[in-house]
Amino acid sequence: MSESVGVKTLQIDGQEVSARSGQTILEVALENEIYIPTLCHLDGLSDVGACRLCVVEVKGNNKLFPACVTTVFEGMEVSTNTERLRKHRCNILELLFAERNHVCSVCVSNGHCELQTMAQNQGLTHVRLPYRNPELTVDASHERFTVDHNRCILCTRCVRVCAEVEGAHVWDVMGRGINSIVITDLHEDWGKSSCTRCGKCVQVCPTGALFDKAKIGSDHPKYPDFLPYLNQMREAQ
Amino acid sequence: MSKLKLATVWLDGCSGCHMSFLDMDERLLELAELVDVVYSPIVDAKDFPDSVDIALVEGAVASVDDEKKIKKIRAHSKMLIAIGDCAITGNVPAMRNPIGREAILDRAYFENATIQAQIPCVVVPELLKVVRPIHEFVKVDVYLPGCPPSADTFHTALTALITGEPLDIPALTRFGA
Ligand code: SF4
Ligand code: SF4
Ligand code: SF4
Ligand code: FES
Repeated sequence: MSESVGVKTLQIDGQEVSARSGQTILEVALENEIYIPTLCHLDGLSDVGACRLCVVEVKGNNKLFPACVTTVFEGMEVSTNTERLRKHRCNILELLFAERNHVCSVCVSNGHCELQTMAQNQGLTHVRLPYRNPELTVDASHERFTVDHNRCILCTRCVRVCAEVEGAHVWDVMGRGINSIVITDLHEDWGKSSCTRCGKCVQVCPTGALFDKAKIGSDHPKYPDFLPYLNQMREAQ
Repeated sequence: MSKLKLATVWLDGCSGCHMSFLDMDERLLELAELVDVVYSPIVDAKDFPDSVDIALVEGAVASVDDEKKIKKIRAHSKMLIAIGDCAITGNVPAMRNPIGREAILDRAYFENATIQAQIPCVVVPELLKVVRPIHEFVKVDVYLPGCPPSADTFHTALTALITGEPLDIPALTRFGA
Protein backbone atom coordinates (compact mmCIF):
# COMPACT_ATOMS: atom_id res chain seq x y z
CA MET A 1 0.00 0.00 0.00
CA SER A 2 1.34 3.42 -0.84
CA GLU A 3 1.60 6.10 1.84
CA SER A 4 -1.00 8.36 0.23
CA VAL A 5 -3.84 5.87 0.76
CA GLY A 6 -4.00 6.87 4.41
CA VAL A 7 -4.29 10.57 3.64
CA LYS A 8 -7.65 12.35 3.70
CA THR A 9 -8.34 15.86 2.56
CA LEU A 10 -11.21 17.80 4.04
CA GLN A 11 -12.40 21.30 4.91
CA ILE A 12 -12.77 22.73 8.38
CA ASP A 13 -14.48 26.13 8.47
CA GLY A 14 -13.70 26.53 4.79
CA GLN A 15 -10.01 25.83 5.30
CA GLU A 16 -8.47 22.97 3.25
CA VAL A 17 -6.70 20.57 5.59
CA SER A 18 -5.21 17.12 5.30
CA ALA A 19 -5.38 14.36 7.84
CA ARG A 20 -4.24 10.81 8.40
CA SER A 21 -6.90 8.16 8.11
CA GLY A 22 -8.44 7.41 11.49
CA GLN A 23 -7.80 10.84 12.96
CA THR A 24 -10.64 12.61 14.74
CA ILE A 25 -12.01 15.98 13.65
CA LEU A 26 -10.72 17.44 16.92
CA GLU A 27 -7.17 16.18 16.33
CA VAL A 28 -7.09 17.60 12.84
CA ALA A 29 -8.58 20.90 13.98
CA LEU A 30 -6.00 21.23 16.76
CA GLU A 31 -3.15 20.47 14.36
CA ASN A 32 -4.40 23.30 12.17
CA GLU A 33 -4.92 25.71 15.06
CA ILE A 34 -8.69 25.71 14.74
CA TYR A 35 -10.24 26.00 18.20
CA ILE A 36 -13.07 23.66 19.19
CA PRO A 37 -14.35 23.97 22.78
CA THR A 38 -13.93 20.79 24.87
CA LEU A 39 -14.39 19.74 28.47
CA CYS A 40 -14.10 15.94 28.68
CA HIS A 41 -11.26 15.67 26.16
CA LEU A 42 -7.72 15.79 27.49
CA ASP A 43 -4.54 15.24 25.50
CA GLY A 44 -3.10 11.94 26.63
CA LEU A 45 -6.39 10.21 27.50
CA SER A 46 -8.76 8.20 25.34
CA ASP A 47 -11.83 10.09 24.15
CA VAL A 48 -15.33 9.16 25.29
CA GLY A 49 -17.56 11.97 23.99
CA ALA A 50 -19.09 12.67 27.40
CA CYS A 51 -19.58 16.44 27.49
CA ARG A 52 -20.70 17.13 23.89
CA LEU A 53 -19.23 20.59 23.95
CA CYS A 54 -17.14 19.79 20.91
CA VAL A 55 -20.15 19.26 18.63
CA VAL A 56 -19.61 20.28 15.00
CA GLU A 57 -21.70 20.31 11.84
CA VAL A 58 -20.83 18.04 8.91
CA LYS A 59 -22.18 19.11 5.53
CA GLY A 60 -24.87 16.83 4.17
CA ASN A 61 -25.93 15.61 7.60
CA ASN A 62 -28.43 17.24 9.91
CA LYS A 63 -27.04 15.55 13.05
CA LEU A 64 -24.37 17.16 15.16
CA PHE A 65 -21.14 15.22 15.68
CA PRO A 66 -18.81 15.26 18.69
CA ALA A 67 -15.49 16.23 17.13
CA CYS A 68 -13.43 14.27 19.67
CA VAL A 69 -14.87 10.87 18.68
CA THR A 70 -15.77 11.41 15.01
CA THR A 71 -13.17 10.31 12.49
CA VAL A 72 -12.55 12.26 9.32
CA PHE A 73 -13.43 11.07 5.81
CA GLU A 74 -12.39 12.18 2.37
CA GLY A 75 -14.12 15.37 1.21
CA MET A 76 -15.73 16.03 4.61
CA GLU A 77 -16.87 19.63 5.17
CA VAL A 78 -16.90 20.57 8.84
CA SER A 79 -18.18 23.76 10.52
CA THR A 80 -17.07 24.34 14.08
CA ASN A 81 -18.58 27.68 15.05
CA THR A 82 -22.03 28.31 13.58
CA GLU A 83 -24.89 30.07 15.33
CA ARG A 84 -26.59 26.71 15.81
CA LEU A 85 -23.51 25.22 17.47
CA ARG A 86 -23.02 28.23 19.72
CA LYS A 87 -26.64 27.86 20.84
CA HIS A 88 -26.22 24.16 21.60
CA ARG A 89 -22.98 24.76 23.50
CA CYS A 90 -24.71 27.31 25.69
CA ASN A 91 -27.57 24.88 26.32
CA ILE A 92 -25.09 22.17 27.35
CA LEU A 93 -23.27 24.52 29.71
CA GLU A 94 -26.53 25.66 31.25
CA LEU A 95 -27.51 22.02 31.81
CA LEU A 96 -24.20 21.39 33.56
CA PHE A 97 -24.70 24.35 35.88
CA ALA A 98 -28.35 23.52 36.61
CA GLU A 99 -27.65 19.83 37.23
CA ARG A 100 -25.51 20.17 40.38
CA ASN A 101 -24.64 22.85 42.92
CA HIS A 102 -22.02 25.10 41.41
CA VAL A 103 -21.52 28.05 43.70
CA CYS A 104 -18.45 29.53 42.09
CA SER A 105 -17.94 32.22 44.72
CA VAL A 106 -17.20 29.64 47.43
CA CYS A 107 -15.52 27.02 45.22
CA VAL A 108 -11.86 26.00 45.59
CA SER A 109 -11.56 26.21 41.80
CA ASN A 110 -12.97 29.72 41.47
CA GLY A 111 -10.75 31.42 38.92
CA HIS A 112 -9.10 28.20 37.73
CA CYS A 113 -12.13 26.24 36.59
CA GLU A 114 -12.58 25.00 33.03
CA LEU A 115 -16.38 25.03 33.31
CA GLN A 116 -16.44 28.58 34.63
CA THR A 117 -14.00 29.80 31.98
CA MET A 118 -15.91 27.98 29.26
CA ALA A 119 -19.17 29.65 30.32
CA GLN A 120 -17.46 33.02 30.12
CA ASN A 121 -15.89 32.23 26.73
CA GLN A 122 -19.20 31.12 25.32
CA GLY A 123 -20.88 34.33 26.49
CA LEU A 124 -23.07 32.76 29.17
CA THR A 125 -24.29 35.29 31.76
CA HIS A 126 -27.13 33.32 33.34
CA VAL A 127 -28.80 29.92 33.33
CA ARG A 128 -32.30 29.83 31.88
CA LEU A 129 -33.16 26.42 33.34
CA PRO A 130 -34.36 26.00 36.90
CA TYR A 131 -31.61 24.69 39.19
CA ARG A 132 -32.14 21.13 40.42
CA ASN A 133 -30.50 21.65 43.83
CA PRO A 134 -29.68 17.97 44.38
CA GLU A 135 -28.52 16.76 47.77
CA LEU A 136 -24.98 15.54 47.14
CA THR A 137 -22.19 14.39 49.39
CA VAL A 138 -18.59 15.40 49.94
CA ASP A 139 -16.11 12.61 50.70
CA ALA A 140 -13.15 13.90 52.69
CA SER A 141 -12.03 10.50 53.99
CA HIS A 142 -8.80 10.58 51.98
CA GLU A 143 -5.73 11.81 53.77
CA ARG A 144 -4.79 14.23 51.00
CA PHE A 145 -7.74 14.80 48.66
CA THR A 146 -11.48 15.50 48.68
CA VAL A 147 -14.24 14.73 46.20
CA ASP A 148 -17.14 17.19 46.16
CA HIS A 149 -19.90 15.73 44.00
CA ASN A 150 -21.64 19.11 43.91
CA ARG A 151 -18.98 20.26 41.40
CA CYS A 152 -18.61 17.12 39.29
CA ILE A 153 -19.61 17.36 35.62
CA LEU A 154 -19.11 13.63 34.94
CA CYS A 155 -16.43 14.21 32.33
CA THR A 156 -14.73 10.97 33.53
CA ARG A 157 -11.25 12.40 33.13
CA CYS A 158 -10.48 11.06 36.64
CA VAL A 159 -11.73 7.60 35.68
CA ARG A 160 -9.63 7.53 32.53
CA VAL A 161 -6.41 8.96 33.95
CA CYS A 162 -6.49 6.52 36.85
CA ALA A 163 -7.17 3.51 34.63
CA GLU A 164 -5.12 4.45 31.57
CA VAL A 165 -2.13 6.30 32.95
CA GLU A 166 -1.76 5.39 36.61
CA GLY A 167 -3.00 1.85 35.97
CA ALA A 168 -4.89 1.66 39.27
CA HIS A 169 -8.48 2.02 38.03
CA VAL A 170 -9.79 3.28 41.33
CA TRP A 171 -12.49 5.51 39.81
CA ASP A 172 -15.68 4.45 38.08
CA VAL A 173 -19.14 5.79 37.38
CA MET A 174 -22.17 4.47 39.26
CA GLY A 175 -25.85 5.03 38.44
CA ARG A 176 -27.58 6.25 35.34
CA GLY A 177 -28.10 9.58 33.62
CA ILE A 178 -28.52 12.57 35.85
CA ASN A 179 -28.11 10.39 38.96
CA SER A 180 -24.66 9.12 38.02
CA ILE A 181 -21.78 9.79 40.37
CA VAL A 182 -18.10 8.96 40.27
CA ILE A 183 -17.10 6.36 42.86
CA THR A 184 -13.86 4.92 44.22
CA ASP A 185 -13.49 1.14 44.13
CA LEU A 186 -16.91 -0.46 44.68
CA HIS A 187 -18.33 2.73 46.17
CA GLU A 188 -16.01 2.67 49.16
CA ASP A 189 -14.69 5.78 50.91
CA TRP A 190 -11.84 7.24 48.89
CA GLY A 191 -9.70 7.07 52.02
CA LYS A 192 -10.20 3.30 52.27
CA SER A 193 -9.88 2.60 48.55
CA SER A 194 -6.99 1.18 46.56
CA CYS A 195 -5.93 4.75 45.65
CA THR A 196 -2.17 5.06 45.17
CA ARG A 197 -2.22 8.74 46.25
CA CYS A 198 -0.58 9.84 42.98
CA GLY A 199 -2.95 12.81 42.60
CA LYS A 200 -3.31 12.49 38.83
CA CYS A 201 -7.12 12.59 39.00
CA VAL A 202 -7.00 15.81 41.01
CA GLN A 203 -4.77 17.47 38.44
CA VAL A 204 -6.97 16.52 35.47
CA CYS A 205 -10.33 17.33 37.08
CA PRO A 206 -11.59 20.41 35.22
CA THR A 207 -13.64 21.74 38.15
CA GLY A 208 -13.52 21.93 41.92
CA ALA A 209 -14.88 18.38 42.25
CA LEU A 210 -11.49 16.89 43.10
CA PHE A 211 -9.15 18.98 45.16
CA ASP A 212 -6.08 18.87 47.29
CA LYS A 213 -6.86 19.37 50.99
CA ALA A 214 -3.66 21.30 51.47
CA LYS A 215 -5.09 23.99 49.23
CA ILE A 216 -8.57 24.46 50.70
CA GLY A 217 -9.59 28.08 50.78
CA SER A 218 -6.79 29.20 48.54
CA ASP A 219 -6.22 29.28 44.83
CA HIS A 220 -6.32 25.81 43.39
CA PRO A 221 -4.80 25.85 39.93
CA LYS A 222 -4.53 22.44 38.27
CA TYR A 223 -1.75 21.26 36.00
CA PRO A 224 -3.28 18.86 33.47
CA ASP A 225 -0.35 19.48 31.08
CA PHE A 226 1.69 17.00 33.08
CA LEU A 227 -0.13 14.28 31.15
CA PRO A 228 1.15 14.74 27.57
CA TYR A 229 4.60 15.31 29.11
CA LEU A 230 4.42 12.11 31.12
CA ASN A 231 3.29 10.15 28.07
CA GLN A 232 6.08 11.64 25.97
CA MET A 233 8.67 10.64 28.55
CA ARG A 234 7.29 7.11 28.70
CA GLU A 235 7.32 6.77 24.93
CA ALA A 236 10.88 8.06 24.81
CA GLN A 237 12.07 5.22 27.04
CA MET B 1 -30.84 65.36 28.53
CA SER B 2 -32.80 65.00 31.73
CA LYS B 3 -31.25 62.71 34.29
CA LEU B 4 -32.24 59.05 34.38
CA LYS B 5 -33.87 57.71 37.52
CA LEU B 6 -31.75 54.96 39.09
CA ALA B 7 -32.85 52.60 41.85
CA THR B 8 -30.70 50.05 43.67
CA VAL B 9 -32.35 47.24 45.58
CA TRP B 10 -31.10 44.79 48.20
CA LEU B 11 -32.89 41.44 48.35
CA ASP B 12 -31.24 38.30 49.82
CA GLY B 13 -27.60 39.26 49.41
CA CYS B 14 -24.75 40.31 51.69
CA SER B 15 -24.69 43.93 50.45
CA GLY B 16 -21.28 43.20 48.93
CA CYS B 17 -22.63 44.18 45.53
CA HIS B 18 -23.68 47.56 46.91
CA MET B 19 -20.25 47.95 48.51
CA SER B 20 -18.63 47.24 45.17
CA PHE B 21 -20.94 49.78 43.55
CA LEU B 22 -19.73 52.38 46.06
CA ASP B 23 -16.14 51.34 45.30
CA MET B 24 -16.49 53.32 42.08
CA ASP B 25 -15.27 56.14 44.33
CA GLU B 26 -14.92 59.48 42.53
CA ARG B 27 -16.47 57.99 39.42
CA LEU B 28 -19.76 58.15 41.33
CA LEU B 29 -19.67 61.92 40.87
CA GLU B 30 -19.42 61.44 37.11
CA LEU B 31 -22.35 59.05 37.33
CA ALA B 32 -24.34 61.53 39.43
CA GLU B 33 -24.23 63.91 36.43
CA LEU B 34 -26.23 61.34 34.47
CA VAL B 35 -28.56 59.78 37.03
CA ASP B 36 -30.59 60.56 40.12
CA VAL B 37 -30.63 57.82 42.71
CA VAL B 38 -34.33 57.75 43.61
CA TYR B 39 -34.41 54.59 45.71
CA SER B 40 -31.65 52.63 47.43
CA PRO B 41 -30.49 51.33 50.83
CA ILE B 42 -28.26 54.43 50.81
CA VAL B 43 -31.00 57.03 50.23
CA ASP B 44 -33.95 57.83 52.45
CA ALA B 45 -36.88 56.80 50.26
CA LYS B 46 -39.26 54.36 51.89
CA ASP B 47 -41.28 53.20 48.90
CA PHE B 48 -40.23 52.10 45.47
CA PRO B 49 -41.12 54.98 43.08
CA ASP B 50 -43.80 54.68 40.40
CA SER B 51 -41.39 54.98 37.54
CA VAL B 52 -37.68 54.17 37.45
CA ASP B 53 -35.45 54.03 34.38
CA ILE B 54 -32.81 51.60 35.66
CA ALA B 55 -33.17 49.27 38.65
CA LEU B 56 -30.10 47.43 39.90
CA VAL B 57 -31.08 44.42 41.97
CA GLU B 58 -28.72 42.63 44.35
CA GLY B 59 -29.60 39.33 45.99
CA ALA B 60 -31.71 36.28 45.35
CA VAL B 61 -35.43 35.82 45.95
CA ALA B 62 -35.56 33.94 49.26
CA SER B 63 -38.68 35.14 51.12
CA VAL B 64 -42.28 36.08 50.37
CA ASP B 65 -41.18 39.65 50.86
CA ASP B 66 -38.45 39.39 48.20
CA GLU B 67 -40.99 37.95 45.80
CA LYS B 68 -43.41 40.83 46.36
CA LYS B 69 -40.59 43.35 45.99
CA ILE B 70 -39.18 41.97 42.75
CA LYS B 71 -42.60 41.97 41.13
CA LYS B 72 -43.17 45.57 42.15
CA ILE B 73 -39.71 46.58 40.95
CA ARG B 74 -40.35 44.97 37.57
CA ALA B 75 -43.72 46.67 37.18
CA HIS B 76 -42.21 50.11 37.82
CA SER B 77 -38.83 49.86 36.05
CA LYS B 78 -37.94 50.29 32.40
CA MET B 79 -34.69 48.34 32.70
CA LEU B 80 -34.00 45.72 35.34
CA ILE B 81 -30.38 44.73 35.89
CA ALA B 82 -29.54 41.67 37.97
CA ILE B 83 -26.29 42.43 39.77
CA GLY B 84 -24.14 39.76 41.35
CA ASP B 85 -24.31 35.99 41.49
CA CYS B 86 -27.01 35.91 44.20
CA ALA B 87 -29.45 37.68 41.90
CA ILE B 88 -28.34 35.64 38.89
CA THR B 89 -27.68 32.11 40.19
CA GLY B 90 -28.96 32.07 43.78
CA ASN B 91 -25.31 31.78 44.88
CA VAL B 92 -24.65 31.73 48.64
CA PRO B 93 -28.29 32.11 49.85
CA ALA B 94 -29.25 29.20 47.56
CA MET B 95 -26.79 26.93 49.35
CA ARG B 96 -29.67 26.14 51.67
CA ASN B 97 -31.68 24.62 48.84
CA PRO B 98 -30.26 21.08 48.93
CA ILE B 99 -30.59 21.06 52.72
CA GLY B 100 -34.19 22.27 52.82
CA ARG B 101 -35.96 25.19 54.48
CA GLU B 102 -37.17 23.24 57.52
CA ALA B 103 -33.74 21.92 58.41
CA ILE B 104 -32.28 25.42 58.13
CA LEU B 105 -34.94 26.99 60.34
CA ASP B 106 -34.51 24.19 62.82
CA ARG B 107 -30.79 24.74 62.99
CA ALA B 108 -31.10 28.51 63.38
CA TYR B 109 -34.04 28.82 65.76
CA PHE B 110 -34.14 25.56 67.74
CA GLU B 111 -30.85 23.68 67.76
CA ASN B 112 -28.79 26.77 68.42
CA ALA B 113 -31.28 28.59 70.65
CA THR B 114 -30.82 28.62 74.40
CA ILE B 115 -33.89 30.73 75.18
CA GLN B 116 -37.20 31.40 73.37
CA ALA B 117 -36.82 28.67 70.78
CA GLN B 118 -39.35 29.61 68.10
CA ILE B 119 -39.52 30.52 64.44
CA PRO B 120 -40.30 34.23 64.13
CA CYS B 121 -43.66 34.92 62.50
CA VAL B 122 -43.94 38.70 62.79
CA VAL B 123 -41.72 41.34 61.11
CA VAL B 124 -39.34 38.69 59.74
CA PRO B 125 -40.81 37.54 56.39
CA GLU B 126 -41.53 33.89 55.77
CA LEU B 127 -38.88 32.03 53.80
CA LEU B 128 -39.72 30.52 50.44
CA LYS B 129 -39.15 26.79 50.11
CA VAL B 130 -36.23 27.34 47.75
CA VAL B 131 -34.06 30.35 46.98
CA ARG B 132 -34.21 31.27 43.30
CA PRO B 133 -32.56 33.73 40.94
CA ILE B 134 -34.70 36.74 40.08
CA HIS B 135 -35.19 35.81 36.43
CA GLU B 136 -37.26 32.85 37.57
CA PHE B 137 -39.84 35.40 38.80
CA VAL B 138 -39.60 38.36 36.43
CA LYS B 139 -37.97 39.33 33.16
CA VAL B 140 -34.42 40.55 33.59
CA ASP B 141 -32.92 42.82 30.93
CA VAL B 142 -29.22 42.68 31.80
CA TYR B 143 -27.13 40.23 33.84
CA LEU B 144 -23.97 41.40 35.57
CA PRO B 145 -22.40 38.32 37.21
CA GLY B 146 -19.68 38.34 39.84
CA CYS B 147 -19.48 38.01 43.61
CA PRO B 148 -19.46 40.93 43.60
CA PRO B 149 -19.03 42.44 40.14
CA SER B 150 -16.01 44.74 40.44
CA ALA B 151 -16.30 48.51 40.62
CA ASP B 152 -14.78 48.64 37.15
CA THR B 153 -17.45 46.28 35.88
CA PHE B 154 -20.15 48.48 37.41
CA HIS B 155 -18.63 51.58 35.92
CA THR B 156 -18.15 50.21 32.41
CA ALA B 157 -21.55 48.50 32.30
CA LEU B 158 -23.57 51.40 33.73
CA THR B 159 -21.89 53.99 31.56
CA ALA B 160 -22.59 51.89 28.48
CA LEU B 161 -26.21 51.28 29.46
CA ILE B 162 -26.86 54.93 30.23
CA THR B 163 -25.26 56.22 27.05
CA GLY B 164 -26.52 53.36 24.87
CA GLU B 165 -23.02 52.22 23.92
CA PRO B 166 -22.52 48.51 23.08
CA LEU B 167 -21.68 46.33 26.05
CA ASP B 168 -19.82 42.99 26.15
CA ILE B 169 -20.52 41.65 29.65
CA PRO B 170 -18.61 38.31 29.45
CA ALA B 171 -15.52 40.34 28.57
CA LEU B 172 -15.88 42.16 31.90
CA THR B 173 -16.96 39.56 34.40
CA ARG B 174 -18.06 35.95 35.07
CA PHE B 175 -19.70 33.79 37.73
CA GLY B 176 -17.68 34.01 40.95
CA ALA B 177 -15.54 36.92 39.71
S1 SF4 C 1 -16.46 23.85 39.77
FE1 SF4 C 1 -16.23 25.64 38.48
S2 SF4 C 1 -18.27 26.05 37.75
FE2 SF4 C 1 -18.45 24.72 39.51
S3 SF4 C 1 -18.66 26.07 41.23
FE3 SF4 C 1 -16.53 25.63 41.04
S4 SF4 C 1 -15.74 27.34 39.84
FE4 SF4 C 1 -17.93 27.30 39.53
S1 SF4 D 1 -14.59 14.27 39.55
FE1 SF4 D 1 -13.74 15.81 38.15
S2 SF4 D 1 -12.59 14.61 36.64
FE2 SF4 D 1 -13.95 13.20 37.70
S3 SF4 D 1 -15.78 13.10 36.44
FE3 SF4 D 1 -16.15 14.65 37.99
S4 SF4 D 1 -15.52 16.58 37.04
FE4 SF4 D 1 -14.66 14.94 35.81
S1 SF4 E 1 -23.22 38.29 44.73
FE1 SF4 E 1 -21.69 38.06 46.33
S2 SF4 E 1 -21.24 40.17 46.95
FE2 SF4 E 1 -23.18 40.21 45.81
S3 SF4 E 1 -24.75 40.00 47.37
FE3 SF4 E 1 -24.30 37.94 46.66
S4 SF4 E 1 -22.75 37.16 48.10
FE4 SF4 E 1 -22.83 39.39 48.33
S1 FES F 1 -14.72 17.00 24.24
FE1 FES F 1 -15.87 15.90 22.77
S2 FES F 1 -17.59 15.28 23.89
FE2 FES F 1 -16.40 16.28 25.41
